[in-house]
Amino acid sequence: MRAALAIVRKDLRIEWRTRETATTLAVLGVLLVTVLAFAHDPEPEAAPLLVPAVVWSAMVFTGLLGVERGFLVEREQDCLAGLRGAPIDPTALYLAKLVVNVLLLGATHAVVVPLSGLFLHVELWSVLPALALVLFLGTLGFAAVATLFAFVTVRLRTRQVMLPLLVLPLLMPLLIAAVKATEAVLGGTLAVAGEALGVLVAFDVIFVTAGALLFPAMIND
Amino acid sequence: MEAWLGLVGCAALAAAVVVALLVAPAAVGESVAQRILYLHAPSAFAAYGCIAVVAIASAVYLWKRSAAADRLAVAAAEVGVLMCTLVLVTGSIWGRARWGAWWTPDPRLTLTLILWAIYLSYVLLRAFGGDDEEIAPYAAVLGIVGVLAIPAIRVSARLMKGMHPSVLAPREGGSGLTDPSMRLAFWGGTVALLLVAACLVLLRARLERIERQASALRRLADAAEGA
Repeated sequence: MRAALAIVRKDLRIEWRTRETATTLAVLGVLLVTVLAFAHDPEPEAAPLLVPAVVWSAMVFTGLLGVERGFLVEREQDCLAGLRGAPIDPTALYLAKLVVNVLLLGATHAVVVPLSGLFLHVELWSVLPALALVLFLGTLGFAAVATLFAFVTVRLRTRQVMLPLLVLPLLMPLLIAAVKATEAVLGGTLAVAGEALGVLVAFDVIFVTAGALLFPAMIND
Repeated sequence: MEAWLGLVGCAALAAAVVVALLVAPAAVGESVAQRILYLHAPSAFAAYGCIAVVAIASAVYLWKRSAAADRLAVAAAEVGVLMCTLVLVTGSIWGRARWGAWWTPDPRLTLTLILWAIYLSYVLLRAFGGDDEEIAPYAAVLGIVGVLAIPAIRVSARLMKGMHPSVLAPREGGSGLTDPSMRLAFWGGTVALLLVAACLVLLRARLERIERQASALRRLADAAEGA
């Protein structure tokens, strides 16, 4: 636990000094929202319907790049080997990276989501707590899968394409549920969101547990 | 062993096709296209069987580091993707004949499509991930996690709108396989495809063993040449 916190602190300190990942992800998110909104060019009254699709598409792109960046930092000067050689529980390493990724993606959401509301004429303030819950659950599940497989792909020559190839199929149920839950929250029908939120919670529990349990077996070679 | 499985499987498959096309009566209220069920559903059983083998073999590999389990997982994943492709293609043809649409976001279709994508990514990871021994633990995790995703996929797929014929299950509105020859074609086809799949998996696993031996020998030869 202490080891996990130390890794989280280390990663956040690196990020705070360079502000590299957060800045680039936020700008990328802004560009993606713009591209997605332009690609559809909706009538003003149809625009709000696009918000779930825009938010989660932007999330997939920025998330994949962000999670991968977190590991490329470790690859420089072979820090990853150092981390693996350190006398810490591999589970702590996985959980620490997961927390850092959730925080970074959360920071990206803080830019992307209000901007989507602004572009697509949706009043987000009134549904903010429910929306934040959906975003958190979706981001946690996304990061749980992406963090696990980023450890795999960071060492591959073909990593830029392998990470999406490995995680997108696994993430499809999460994305379906996240889009449905976002739709329901924005439409003000929280009762409909119940089942989708259930899927999100179940996905998070399954994949955080699976990641924590399988990660030690995976890197222990 | 493989040869016998393959022979018996192919013979049974041919017999099942004959029964399905010529002997079995048409299901109530269905066109001739319904007969594709006798290939569609058995390939689904074979696909799910292969995927179960991938997950179990992957777990055994992670636990015991057994190279044989790893080779079995590789083989079953490839055959599973093949069978899944058959399910999707036959289902798509049937769907087109039945509803006029090649694709509908039905829960079972979505589940099969996502599983197909997951295990296709497994095959790609094995193909392009580099050294076998190095990539095996990572692939094993993917092989297990793919099965863990099934409950989430099933529930989330139900959130989407869709339809699926229920020829099999009368409680879902299907007429059921009323005639004995229909059941013979259905279960005979299932057994046949399972045998064929088992034969392919064993052959592929043997090929994997030979390939790894060959590459190990090649490395030895290179090392000897360099020394």
